[in-house]
Amino acid sequence: MARSVTTRRKTITTALAWAIGLMIFFPILWTVLTSFKTEAQAISDPPVFLNFDWTLENYAVVQERSNYLRYLWNSVALAVGSTLLGIVIAVPAAWSMAFVPSRRTKDILMWMLSTKMLPAVGVLYPIRLVLIHFGLLDTKLAMIAILTMINLPIIIWMLYTYFREIPGEILEAARMDGAGLRAEILYVLTPMAIPGIASTILLNIILAWNEAFWTLTLTTTSAAPLTAFIASYSSPEGLFYAKLSAASTMAIAPILIMGWFSQKQLVRGLTFGAVK
Amino acid sequence: MGRIILDKVRKAFGETEVIPPLDLTIEDGEFVVFVGPSGCGKSTLLRLIAGLEDVSGGAIRIDGVDATSTPPAQRKLAMVFQSYALYPHMSVRKNIAFPLRMAGMTAEEQDKRVNAAAKVLNLTDYLDRRPGQLSGGQRQRVAIGRAIVREPSAFLFDEPLSNLDAALRVGMRLEISELHKRLATTMIYVTHDQVEAMTMADKIVVLRAGHIEQVGSPLDLYRAPRNTFVAGFIGSPKMNLIGGAEAAKHGATTIGIRPEHLTVTPAGGTWTGRIGVSEHLGSDTFFHVAIDGIADPVTVRAGGEVALHYGDTIHLTPDLAHLHRFDAQGLRIA
Repeated sequence: MARSVTTRRKTITTALAWAIGLMIFFPILWTVLTSFKTEAQAISDPPVFLNFDWTLENYAVVQERSNYLRYLWNSVALAVGSTLLGIVIAVPAAWSMAFVPSRRTKDILMWMLSTKMLPAVGVLYPIRLVLIHFGLLDTKLAMIAILTMINLPIIIWMLYTYFREIPGEILEAARMDGAGLRAEILYVLTPMAIPGIASTILLNIILAWNEAFWTLTLTTTSAAPLTAFIASYSSPEGLFYAKLSAASTMAIAPILIMGWFSQKQLVRGLTFGAVK
Repeated sequence: MGRIILDKVRKAFGETEVIPPLDLTIEDGEFVVFVGPSGCGKSTLLRLIAGLEDVSGGAIRIDGVDATSTPPAQRKLAMVFQSYALYPHMSVRKNIAFPLRMAGMTAEEQDKRVNAAAKVLNLTDYLDRRPGQLSGGQRQRVAIGRAIVREPSAFLFDEPLSNLDAALRVGMRLEISELHKRLATTMIYVTHDQVEAMTMADKIVVLRAGHIEQVGSPLDLYRAPRNTFVAGFIGSPKMNLIGGAEAAKHGATTIGIRPEHLTVTPAGGTWTGRIGVSEHLGSDTFFHVAIDGIADPVTVRAGGEVALHYGDTIHLTPDLAHLHRFDAQGLRIA
């Protein structure tokens, strides 16, 4: 009896999990499929699912019309640059909060998180004006700085959680062994926190890669990443769905592939501290 | 060298004073044990000496130099932690070499010293393993190795044996004592286990609630405890502490008599009682005896061959030469 109930429950939960998984994946699948259709098939009613004339024309057109590689390079530079800069700032910050907390540490952490709740558009104009004033509008430098600041709270929070798992006695041992602060962080803390730092880097690259609000409002050409590349194909007339889809596929492919290969690390990172 | 002087050292965490102003001198080459029940401040005191905690008042002098605000890295002290605190990402070799690397020693010199330490501690075959692949006893040896390579002016041990099983503990106890004899370096050892304190120390410091209750050699403390706390804490099984009318007969509020200073006789004797639980250790037998007019059961040591059983009536006579008398404040009456 008990056994059959378990099997039935298992079947139901498995089916449910697949259904939800497919639901989440469907938009991506549809985008990829549409990118291989002609523009006419892309808007046909009823929509065609698989039985259409597969074509690579959209990719050829997109490649012809705009320089994919330049956008790709900008995306890589912004995502990797802002992440590495963020890590360099966050490691000492998280160290101090995890190992020498003050009475206000919890408040500071909450305050940092609260900045994520601010509607970004609320500070768009001040920031835009500052960038214009310093001649930094549409520069990679400014975008790296802005993306770093946007994601810094999350980086610090994640590292703080990892560092909390490291026994303080090991750092004290390093101090007794003659290590100064720099040596302690460099040779003891960081190597021990490598798995945590790696998943923080991965997640943050994904966040920075997908960031659309600031990259779309503060870049035009020279610093424009792939989000801008996609946006340039969304025309109000809605006649270029297939090309938009091709551009989107090209934009999300690198990060999707990276995510696929590092999913184990990512899942571990996101559940770290929760399951133990 | 390793003479450590604590001069009115005080420690408070916020409003709570865990160590009231305290004076203590640790002589060069001495093996000093801080002992006391949990929460007595013994580990905090050790961490103050190490520099891992800042003092709230007073001064710490190491070899005549004021080290009160010297960071731990520059105090030339080595510490062995209860959790061993090895670097999990480094091999045993790198763990032991770490303090040498921090001191900027050449690779050859590091190798030479690591190999010498490994030989002493029987770790030569494990040098390329990670701490995770070692047993508890081996990890403890690595922690000790890491401490000895840099030739510190004093070693600090924070309950280093409490994570080991009983058999290993006895072995490591001997090894640490031997190490002290060979190196003749100052060692400060924190434990809650009075057996460790008795067997290893040159000098025991008994602590309670941050106060030093008594300082002395193990036998001084055993023979002449300054107060009822020390009397009850040092010695196993505990000294029998008896109050009431029996104590008054000796002009004291409390009298103390150790289990081995009571003689069991079939008849006569000062006290008559009934045997409760007996503990047979082979070499000795400890009887817990309920005596009329004495509140708590009295523990008596007898030979291993004594054939007495639960419920038997026995007669006890305390050896008056070894009777300890304490006043109303719990202090020893000379």
